[in-house]
Amino acid sequence: MMVKKPLEFRLNGTEVAVFADEAENLLSVLRAKVGDLTPKYGCGQGGCGACMVTIDGRTVLSCITLAETVAGADVGTLAGLSGERLDPLQEAFMDGFAAQCGYCTPGMIVAARALLQHNPTPDRDQIIEAISDNICRCTGYEPIIEAIQSVVAQERAGGS
Amino acid sequence: MSVDFRKDIFAKERDDNLNEIGKPTRRQDILGHVTGRSPFFDDHRFDGLLHIKCVRSPHHHARIRAIDTTRAETMPGVVRIIRGSDVPVNLNTLLSLLDFGKDDEPVLAESKVAYMGEPVLAIVAQSEAQAHEAVAAVRIDYEVLPHVLDVEEAIKPGAAVVNETYPGNKFEFYGGNDHQKLRFGDVAPAFARADHIVEGRYQMAPIEQAPIEPNGAIAAPQTNDRYVCYTSTQGLFFSLGTVAKLLNVESNRLHFIGGTVGGGFGGKVDSLCEPLAILGAMLTGRAVRYVLDRAEEMQVSAPRSAELWYVKDGLAADGRIIARQLTGYFDSGAYTRLTGYGVVKCIGHLPGPYTIPNVHSDAYCVYTNRTPATAMRGFGVTAVDFAIERQMDKGARALGMDPFEFRLINAYRDGDMKAHRRLAGNCALIESIQAAAERVDYPLGAEFRAMTSMSGGGGERALIPPTRTERLGMLPAGTSTVEVKTTAPGLVPQFGVDLPVPATGLPAPSPTPTPVPAPKAPETRATTYDYGASGLSAPPAPKEVPPATEPAALTKSQPGPVTPKPRYSRYSSLGNRRR
Ligand code: FES
Ligand code: FES
Repeated sequence: MMVKKPLEFRLNGTEVAVFADEAENLLSVLRAKVGDLTPKYGCGQGGCGACMVTIDGRTVLSCITLAETVAGADVGTLAGLSGERLDPLQEAFMDGFAAQCGYCTPGMIVAARALLQHNPTPDRDQIIEAISDNICRCTGYEPIIEAIQSVVAQERAGGS
Repeated sequence: MSVDFRKDIFAKERDDNLNEIGKPTRRQDILGHVTGRSPFFDDHRFDGLLHIKCVRSPHHHARIRAIDTTRAETMPGVVRIIRGSDVPVNLNTLLSLLDFGKDDEPVLAESKVAYMGEPVLAIVAQSEAQAHEAVAAVRIDYEVLPHVLDVEEAIKPGAAVVNETYPGNKFEFYGGNDHQKLRFGDVAPAFARADHIVEGRYQMAPIEQAPIEPNGAIAAPQTNDRYVCYTSTQGLFFSLGTVAKLLNVESNRLHFIGGTVGGGFGGKVDSLCEPLAILGAMLTGRAVRYVLDRAEEMQVSAPRSAELWYVKDGLAADGRIIARQLTGYFDSGAYTRLTGYGVVKCIGHLPGPYTIPNVHSDAYCVYTNRTPATAMRGFGVTAVDFAIERQMDKGARALGMDPFEFRLINAYRDGDMKAHRRLAGNCALIESIQAAAERVDYPLGAEFRAMTSMSGGGGERALIPPTRTERLGMLPAGTSTVEVKTTAPGLVPQFGVDLPVPATGLPAPSPTPTPVPAPKAPETRATTYDYGASGLSAPPAPKEVPPATEPAALTKSQPGPVTPKPRYSRYSSLGNRRR
């Protein structure tokens, strides 16, 4: 028998409770146990960023995060980003053709949202730095960087 | 990203009533992508889902003497161990559905393994971790065989036989030919009178497509005696047909759902996971998931083949290339997959976008004990282009010429006869070089800035020269050889065939925007048959090529003056330029 351990945390603001397998990673718990399919499996090795989520506002790679370490914490995924309306980042990705196959997109937007949360007006280098854990094989990155920049520009215009 | 539309280029020929090109538009699937709701194959949940992991060969080449699964069978969570003997038709080649190549690859190796990582057993277990543990508990007794990893070594007499279906380690094309030939003019006298001879050897490594979503499939029995399969495949019907053959089931018992592919680039056409996922579902009666992990994706999912090229050019002092000889070896790895087809595509691409009056080329598809290779973007074309363009730089250096100007002198013009006997149309290399040079302030001489693809071609350059062949000797001008023996139209036309191909062209542009129908989710029950998404240069549908007759050896083009009549492929992106 495999040992299962109860685990409670908040996912996008809502309490969840699951039984996690021994040494199960957070990505597996989110996808297979909770049913949040927005984080993706790309490598399982911390190398691609497709599984990126936030824990208490900081980005982590959920495929190499032990599930039990999030007990009591606030976990955020792409699923928590849009309510009735899309997040401006999502709108910008749609308008700027910043996704082709869409597989890296959840991780990319989580990374970008976490950046803007801490620094609403990053420069281009800071944007590149913030998405440097996330691999995209389709777009060549430039449309992604420009989509994020366009949200920063809106932020600047609105904030001044 | 801003796109610069150069309306000054081909200004007299363009239609400016385009409704989509140049206007920003949203992808039809983009909302799903940015909200994480696009349904990739792995986003489907099943109760009691089982997982497959494969036992793989640790050797490049070995005979399987014995397989011991006693310990693995009793390990926790193990539901079923699938062997090669459980696969109803355990031998296939991907393009057999199109009558290209002989069946040469098992789903699971039975008597020997021919590359490192080749699957031998598939273990179905309740969790991936349990499947991994059972994999580690299997004992296979191998007799290690000599292996060959280099294409030139592989075709030497006495080399290890990689693939018993092709004992000479060379693929057999239509008619039993062990390579694809292109003959145009006569290179030997041209080399003899050339002012410079430039030679090069170019070796390209295999390249993994590395999509972020790995290859995978989930299959489940349905209540109507059918099996549903969620898959990452790039070719839904192609994969369905492959599984129907391997598992010996009617294709209407298979229901494939896909279309949302997390990056493919050619790496998801091989149906690596669907056959075992569905077989697993058949044998266990439960939903079965088989996904490559990243290490498997890099090691055993097929890359673009490595290629080795020898190129020899004869150059005239004024900058013209008067002869080019190319010999290429595609490394297919242990099995055929799509490399033989890539070689055919390659031959139609030679000698690059340059008008050269004497061309001689041989291209081989060679088996080695490396990971089988398959399609990847620009498949059959990209590696030889690297060789050709490096060779162009070398040629320019030998002549003391500017490398761009050297290319401009030799670039195809509209109406030129290509070595594979199609007239060049809608050429744009000259304009592309000019535009690139302008962008980076690269100084081109005035005569080169004034060049255009629309003049200087045709006339003499539209003629097929007298051509030397090994089998038929010297052929008179205007002749094409036909090396096709088959009467059935295959997947690809044989290059060198001079058959009347109807000009199809693009449909006339409609003056009003056509409403875009709402996209259907691709699934094999609801959408019509297609070859899948494998690139923009899809081969013409077989019906466009009239069957060649046997034993057609020689055809003559019409007597009298040759009036070049441009033919437009409906796949040409500029097909309406001349309408
Ligand atoms: S799946 Fe976690 S970093 Fe790639
Ligand atoms: S859009 Fe395909 S990996 Fe980024």
